[in-house]
Amino acid sequence: MKPRVIMDSGTFQATLDRLASEIVERTRGLEGRVALVGIRTRGVPLARRLARGIESRTETKPSIGALDITLYRDDLTTVLAQPIVRKTELPFVMDDAWVVLVDDVLFTGRTVRAAITALIDFGRPRKIELLVMVDRGWRELPIQADYVGKAIQTAREHTVQVLLAEEDGRDEVVLVENGST
Amino acid sequence: MRLRQKDLLDIESLSAEEIGLVLDTATSFKEIGTRTIKRVPTLRGRTVVNLFYEPSTRTRVSFEIAAKRLSADAINVSVSGSSVSKGETLLDTVRNLQAMAPDVLVMRHPASGAPYFVARRLEAAVVNAGDGMHEHPTQALLDAFTIRERKGTLAGLKVAIVGDLLHSRVFRSNVRLLTRMGSEVSVAGPPTLVPPEVEKLGARVALSIDDALAGADVIMMLRVQKERMQGAYFPSVREYFRLFALTRARMERAHPEAIILHPGPINRGLEIESAVADGPYSLILEQVTNGVAVRMAILYLLTGGGGEAS
Repeated sequence: MKPRVIMDSGTFQATLDRLASEIVERTRGLEGRVALVGIRTRGVPLARRLARGIESRTETKPSIGALDITLYRDDLTTVLAQPIVRKTELPFVMDDAWVVLVDDVLFTGRTVRAAITALIDFGRPRKIELLVMVDRGWRELPIQADYVGKAIQTAREHTVQVLLAEEDGRDEVVLVENGST
Repeated sequence: MRLRQKDLLDIESLSAEEIGLVLDTATSFKEIGTRTIKRVPTLRGRTVVNLFYEPSTRTRVSFEIAAKRLSADAINVSVSGSSVSKGETLLDTVRNLQAMAPDVLVMRHPASGAPYFVARRLEAAVVNAGDGMHEHPTQALLDAFTIRERKGTLAGLKVAIVGDLLHSRVFRSNVRLLTRMGSEVSVAGPPTLVPPEVEKLGARVALSIDDALAGADVIMMLRVQKERMQGAYFPSVREYFRLFALTRARMERAHPEAIILHPGPINRGLEIESAVADGPYSLILEQVTNGVAVRMAILYLLTGGGGEAS
């Protein structure tokens, strides 16, 4: 099955701009305490780009972090290949920080659950918000995003891929219908 | 990527890729030890049994902390050394442990090969924490981690290993690991304490400690294992110190950026001068810190993956 393009590169950039503006709106007066934490792997470059967008609007650069949630997964014994554990880097004080978790796709919500648990191990943030490029439905936990790039209808076996210029050479969101790539 | 075997019994059966996997994984785990809350939920509900038939502080505590930082339950069984020997008694111990279904058994035993005997009879993953004069794989992995962290690589490094080679499982594991990863290993020690298989393991026997140290990037000093010596292996402590100890004067022969490792416990004034052990090039305590991260990586890699029981 041919992958269907959900978001092309132009829409992708416009969406990122809109999301950066939304963060600026919601965190007005909190400059210096806002941290964008990307969930590895694709959340990290997304967080970096959003941070640049916020910086160009407010002239303050939010902190950026990277979170590896492998050690917090609830499916360690059922995943086939062992996930490689990458580094978690949170170079800011977690206590009282206003954290925006950044991920590419929101699906079952289990990754976000793990990310919240991981964040709380580093301190007591004042608030944790969630930003995703694509919300594809099929939640298994009571988790919702605060900032959504695009919400789409999918079947459970579909695969949604967020491609990024940094990693894949182009910005694009595609839906693969039979679940195999 | 994952480890191919159920157990970690020796370095000999690890590939260079598997060694790299353990070291890479440990890099991520080291960060956990720097947090205020030094614990992740990864191995919640798993049981790690530490079964030590020989005295140990560092290794036992290190495995216990590693297990606890991963939220596993760690149970220490201390067996008073000499009364238990290989054979039926060990078999009974293993059967009893199996009945309680642990996930990992960390084992130290004075008999070379004992962990193999156990691993064949236990469903749990067995980690060799030192067996007789054979191997001590987790020590070699933490040494390699420490070297790689400082030097960036293991390939092409000149490593000198000096001291009581004969009784040293640390030496046997290290020389296997280092040569597999492309380091050049030279060894020195009293001829009575240089085992015949050194060159077969891929190391060069140096003419003297000074010869081994010449240009060395890494100096690994080994403890004189008095408890394993029944005969006279060298005439006196004074002579050993004069001929084989690492002193400030000898350090000058090594590479100016050389680092010093020792598996501990150290005999100050026997194999190493205090000023060197506590000096700026010594990574002896860094090794201990890294030991926890490396053992966390090993516990994680041996228990994390599913399926594939055999």
